[in-house]
Amino acid sequence: MPSPRYWREIPSRYRLEAAACRGCKRVIYPKRQVCPQCGGVEFEATRLAHRGRVVTSTVVHVAPTDLQMEAPYAMAVVETEEGVRLMVQVADCDPSEVLPGMEVTLEFRLIRKEDHGGILCYGHKAVPVE
Amino acid sequence: MRDVAIISTGMTPFGELWQSGLRDLFVQAAREALMAVGSPSVDAIYVGNMSGGQFVGQEHLGPLMADHLGLAGVPATRVESACASGGVALRCGFLDVAAGASDLVLVAGVEKMNDGADVTNVLASAADQETEVYHGITFPGLYAMIARAHMARYGTTEEDLAAVSVKNHRHGARNPKAQFRSEVTAEQVMTSSMVAEPLRLLHCSPVSDGAAVVLLCPLERAREFTDAPIRIRSSGLATAPMALADRADPTFLDAVSLAAGRAYKSGGVTPSDIQVAEVHDCFSIAELCVLEALCFTERGSAGELTRAGETALGGRIPINTSGGLKSKGHPVGATGVAQAIEIVEQLRGEAGERQVPDATIGLAQNMGGSGASSVVHIFERV
Repeated sequence: MPSPRYWREIPSRYRLEAAACRGCKRVIYPKRQVCPQCGGVEFEATRLAHRGRVVTSTVVHVAPTDLQMEAPYAMAVVETEEGVRLMVQVADCDPSEVLPGMEVTLEFRLIRKEDHGGILCYGHKAVPVE
Repeated sequence: MRDVAIISTGMTPFGELWQSGLRDLFVQAAREALMAVGSPSVDAIYVGNMSGGQFVGQEHLGPLMADHLGLAGVPATRVESACASGGVALRCGFLDVAAGASDLVLVAGVEKMNDGADVTNVLASAADQETEVYHGITFPGLYAMIARAHMARYGTTEEDLAAVSVKNHRHGARNPKAQFRSEVTAEQVMTSSMVAEPLRLLHCSPVSDGAAVVLLCPLERAREFTDAPIRIRSSGLATAPMALADRADPTFLDAVSLAAGRAYKSGGVTPSDIQVAEVHDCFSIAELCVLEALCFTERGSAGELTRAGETALGGRIPINTSGGLKSKGHPVGATGVAQAIEIVEQLRGEAGERQVPDATIGLAQNMGGSGASSVVHIFERV
């Protein structure tokens, strides 16, 4: 992908930077210009706790080109302590064990390598709590 | 607002159509619809298409298709709402005629998916690129997550999911235009290769080429063109949060519920009035969630309804008599218009082996992405 597109997303992907709406207090991740809950436009910067719980999950067997060597891998919608939900890969475990209700932590990881000398793409993956 | 009728239809077979390009598919279906009413021209054209740009590198489909139909000069617009593009194009045509801006309108849906594109990546562009696709989720993966949540919450089983595929293949085997005219057993479905757990290959609609076209005009003029006009009684369109993670309940399709509510209300009908319906079964779980959002059954009970045969031909509310996206095929932009054509054939009594006896009111529901957009139309025999 073009590097400005990658660079723009670094605050949310590397540091889990989010925005708390001043009106309704909802935490929005990644940050937006308009609160989807109350329409508010004033926010305070915040960062997500690196802990959450699996809401739903799957194991991807037929993977996109960049991730074919990793399949099968687990993906999950994880809800953090702030009530934010995010889509993440779940690593360091047997993918079949990733089921709704599982407790996870969010860790900084390499997400994918683009083909043909492209960008190394970083972000967060979930890891089961021991 | 004027009443609007469908006066003719045209459709290519769905499948891997290696002899035909994007424009060929469109022209074949459009000419069939135009010749049926003996009209060489129209006042406006709407072309539903998800991703000509990514599938075959071709954008700007409005003028391209008008030109190839010999109708350069006519207003022509390409409409996009991912896999709901065809249904939303139908809504645009419906509103154009209802508003009195145009009299004779051609609505098309067309997609050419088998021309070398990386289909998994193209379809994923209907999901949120920044928050979903970046992390490695695929389209089947999103619906697999919906399925797993539905199973965890309501006890829906793999047998329930398989029953959708078995039923739709049984219907599609009777449809001469279907991509897969073969029946499958529950065992075949449940042992097919895994795509994204719990969804297997035979839970997924195929990669397809095809085009579908309907012609619309004011109901008061419809009998100039046909003895069997079908009125579009109402149209509802709605959106929901784009990313699955941003929806409060991943098992419930809010956009479908909202679109249906609008269509039921403006059409003055209730779910129990619907006698036949085409719904967006891009994956088996989608059909179950849609049946619940359309209020055909209680939340969590669609699997049981399906296994009891109530959604099969001969059941209480036959669903996807065409074979659905699963068996008929899913050329994404064409699907919404093809759904309308199946309902037109049912209401005209022309569905042959797939006919629902005495059907007078039918519904078509088309969906984009993992449920971020949906459009519902209600049709009636007049």
